[in-house]
Amino acid sequence: MASLDQIFVTLKEQLVQLFPAVLQPYVGVLLSIVAIMAVFPGIFALTTVVERKLLARFQNRPGPNRVGIPLTKIRLAGFGQFAADGIKSLTKEDIIPRNADRKVHFIAPFVLVVPAFLALSVLPIGRNMTALDFPETGLLFFFAIGAATELSVFMAGWSSRNKYSLLGAMRGIAQMLSYEIPLILSSLTVVMMVGSLSLVTIVERQTSVQWGFFHSWHVFTPWGFAGFLLFLTAACAEANRTPFDLPEAESELVAGYFTEYSGFKFALFFLGEYLGMFAISGVAISLFLGGWSAPFTFLDWVPSWLWFFGKLFAFILFFIWLRGTLPRLRVDQLMNLAWKFMLPMCLLNLLVVGVWHFTAEWNELLRWSLATVLLAGPYWLFSRSFEARFKPRTYRYAADSPAAPVVAPVAPQVPI
Amino acid sequence: MIGIGIVKGLVQTAKNLIGTYTDKERLVTIEYPEERQPLTEATRQFPFLVYDGDDPMKGLRCTACQICEKECPPKCIYIVKSKDKRVDYKGQNQFYPAIYDIDYSVCMSCQICVEVCPFESIKMDTAFELSTADRFGGLLVNKHQLAKSNTHYHQIHPTEAAASDEAMNLERAKAAAKAKADVEAKAKAAAAKAAATPTASPEASPELPKPAAALPKMPM
Repeated sequence: MASLDQIFVTLKEQLVQLFPAVLQPYVGVLLSIVAIMAVFPGIFALTTVVERKLLARFQNRPGPNRVGIPLTKIRLAGFGQFAADGIKSLTKEDIIPRNADRKVHFIAPFVLVVPAFLALSVLPIGRNMTALDFPETGLLFFFAIGAATELSVFMAGWSSRNKYSLLGAMRGIAQMLSYEIPLILSSLTVVMMVGSLSLVTIVERQTSVQWGFFHSWHVFTPWGFAGFLLFLTAACAEANRTPFDLPEAESELVAGYFTEYSGFKFALFFLGEYLGMFAISGVAISLFLGGWSAPFTFLDWVPSWLWFFGKLFAFILFFIWLRGTLPRLRVDQLMNLAWKFMLPMCLLNLLVVGVWHFTAEWNELLRWSLATVLLAGPYWLFSRSFEARFKPRTYRYAADSPAAPVVAPVAPQVPI
Repeated sequence: MIGIGIVKGLVQTAKNLIGTYTDKERLVTIEYPEERQPLTEATRQFPFLVYDGDDPMKGLRCTACQICEKECPPKCIYIVKSKDKRVDYKGQNQFYPAIYDIDYSVCMSCQICVEVCPFESIKMDTAFELSTADRFGGLLVNKHQLAKSNTHYHQIHPTEAAASDEAMNLERAKAAAKAKADVEAKAKAAAAKAAATPTASPEASPELPKPAAALPKMPM
């Protein structure tokens, strides 16, 4: 099975050997780029159809089931939809508003897509399968590159000269900057425990066997579990996924910051958003879910890259599931969640990691209960105070029927 | 606690996801071109002209009275009266439409033409798949396209069609009774005349002999 596990690595080596020695490093790089540029947009194409079909099922609809092979009766259960969508977006007119800042408007989609591809390149998608292996700074590179998406969002929103675009961009910036902090703080726990910023090292550290049958993924520790949930929530916000899709809230802002984009540039934004989601899911997998390692030792025979992509698909399905379930947050709720709930919980989680590190010699049960109490107690308290804000809004003047109880004025909300 | 509501929601949507595959009742979507919902009886789209018998053009009930043309709010009906007359269902001599056009792109399906028609001739059809590549000519329909049989009317609106038939039978009966009465009255008048002639002088009907009197004057 080792040959199947390393099939892509050996394939690449053999392909590189066909070229003269001078060209070999460049060919190697090119092959990695081609692989990433082919695989992840392929997953994107699949995801668009799967998302539409699953969302439909979550709402008791059949979903797209028509598009198949043209001129035949073969319908492929609607999985030809992505080709139709792609052709449509490629052939549509590319409209640039007359008052737009043309250069910035043109660059913005590329500023979103290029960092997304770069972020994907640092992910260890299998054993010895990392396109850009930074021995010291893999995670740092990821977050540095990931910050460029904020720039793209604001470029798109600002250059369109459209109120909706600008509103979407402002929301996007506020949301992404706010959630960057819990995202990095929650991933910092792993860095503290592993002592390395290299994603390859972090994954390899999680392959160690615990109790003889399962790999010690970080999610199987109290701090890892809390960190994973915090990371997942922040990742949702970073990827602009529901319930944090305020920057492109269709029902309020037309399409948010890319309202004024059409045709292929719109498709690029779409692609960039999904690639960003894949990248951040990949990092979550690498940090907490053991990367390419199997959950149990008796499943080690399955190729490592299959595990990574399986986990990635699970993440994608979970994000779709969330999108089919949760409504969108209000802006003030969004900010409250980031600053008043997630930030304290992240800081607390850092403390718990410290405790976990220094109690390594303790009795396992005592250590677990201490960490659990340290996390669950404040979680309960925070959510109690937090849920008080989430009460349904009452509108004094909207309640016109005399039977409605007289409602006291709502306590002033903290502005964002 | 935060998160419990989310989990509850996730369970609910997961139930939907699985339920749509196991329980056909959940998927309420009717996949239109293949599956069709039966139309309700009150369905109405655009008007059509009813004819009786086998020949659409001969059996057309329309008498080109042009009431519908005048009443039509968006003025989508265009009628040209025929030069000659023919016998209608009541046995009366009536005009018939030489041209009867309806512009479906203008028609607003208000059914006023149906309300005003005294001859039960124009009724609402249920056909709705009327899309055409030619938006001018394709939606301007003539009397040949408009003519549909009474059986078709019975199929799409059974109750209404029965009521319409009853009204027509009533009209027919009335016409027949009137004709009979007319015949009887004529016969009575003739009988009365016949009874009156012996007593009255020939001058009582001066018109009749006149032509006879005039005849000899004519040069033969």
